[in-house]
Amino acid sequence: MLSLALHSGTTATPEAVQFWFLAPLAVLAALGMLLVKKAVHSALLLAWVMVSLAFFYIAQDALFLGIVQIVVYTGAVMMLFLFILMLVGVDSSDSLVETIKGQRGAAIAAALGVGGLLTSLIARAVQGVPAVGLKDANNGGNVQGLASELFTKYVWAFEVVSALLITAALGAMVLAHSQKIKSKTAQRDLSIARFRKDSLGASAGLPAPGVFARHNAVDVPALLPDGSPAPSSISATLKARGDMLDSKIFELEAKEEEEN
Amino acid sequence: MDISNYLFLSAILFTIGAVGVVVRRNAIVVFMCIELMLNATNLAFVTFARINGNLDGQVASFFTMVVAACEVVVGLAIIVTMFRSRRSASVDDASLLKR
Repeated sequence: MLSLALHSGTTATPEAVQFWFLAPLAVLAALGMLLVKKAVHSALLLAWVMVSLAFFYIAQDALFLGIVQIVVYTGAVMMLFLFILMLVGVDSSDSLVETIKGQRGAAIAAALGVGGLLTSLIARAVQGVPAVGLKDANNGGNVQGLASELFTKYVWAFEVVSALLITAALGAMVLAHSQKIKSKTAQRDLSIARFRKDSLGASAGLPAPGVFARHNAVDVPALLPDGSPAPSSISATLKARGDMLDSKIFELEAKEEEEN
Repeated sequence: MDISNYLFLSAILFTIGAVGVVVRRNAIVVFMCIELMLNATNLAFVTFARINGNLDGQVASFFTMVVAACEVVVGLAIIVTMFRSRRSASVDDASLLKR
């Protein structure tokens, strides 16, 4: 990539092929980000845009930034996004109803204006301007060149950025911290609570589920001495999932046999 | 191919990101659109570095990446806090100042 010849602002053919292949796909993915309903799909499309940008960086003699783009953006930042998405709920989707009337149309009109302004500015400012190219600047290697810039000319900014990183880490910790309002219930507290209840029925522990000969599993309630099922013997998780079976279906047909 | 095509691509991606920030209601998607805008400016920086023949643009792009990483950490923490108190990540639900 370092040997790509530059003649008055134009690029070599392989780079042009790469650009015209990846750029429309990147724009399509970015548009898709706006149009898809689910946040996860937006995240995946954004990851695609970021990877294609990494290819553009490497093609433009910014090898270090291309690698950093993949490692930091598609690696760390997008994973953080997906992590938060899983926390919030993966299938969280937008309601596509307009809350402010006419907002979408106004946004698209403004976007066309901004986009037109930007492109016309760029066209007037840089089109046809001969590009110097980074052959000289990258003479001792891209990473070495960046390092010598970073630790001489931009060393103060570098120090400030380290302060910013520490502040951001602290800020995230403060924001994610939630204060406990009451102390954690220990085994002793649970035991006291059991005996302070109205009836002492459950003080010796709840009945174990599944005492039927035909279906001895945790999804069938135990039978009380009077023959009625005890729903308290089923785990609350199974009950919430609706995985509780009716004990009636496992009763033996003893009476009918006696009659016969 | 003219080298300014990279700048046009950057402008298009920036505009798409800006539309997303205004139009989408899910706070996480809005945040991803901000990331798209930052990435678009990075592409412009890298292209300017190549046009000018020095590495200043690449250093600026590097700093943008660092600031974006900080911003993501704090922003997502804010979204999580918002979600914890309102059970929703929609930007319309955070309207306490209006009432």
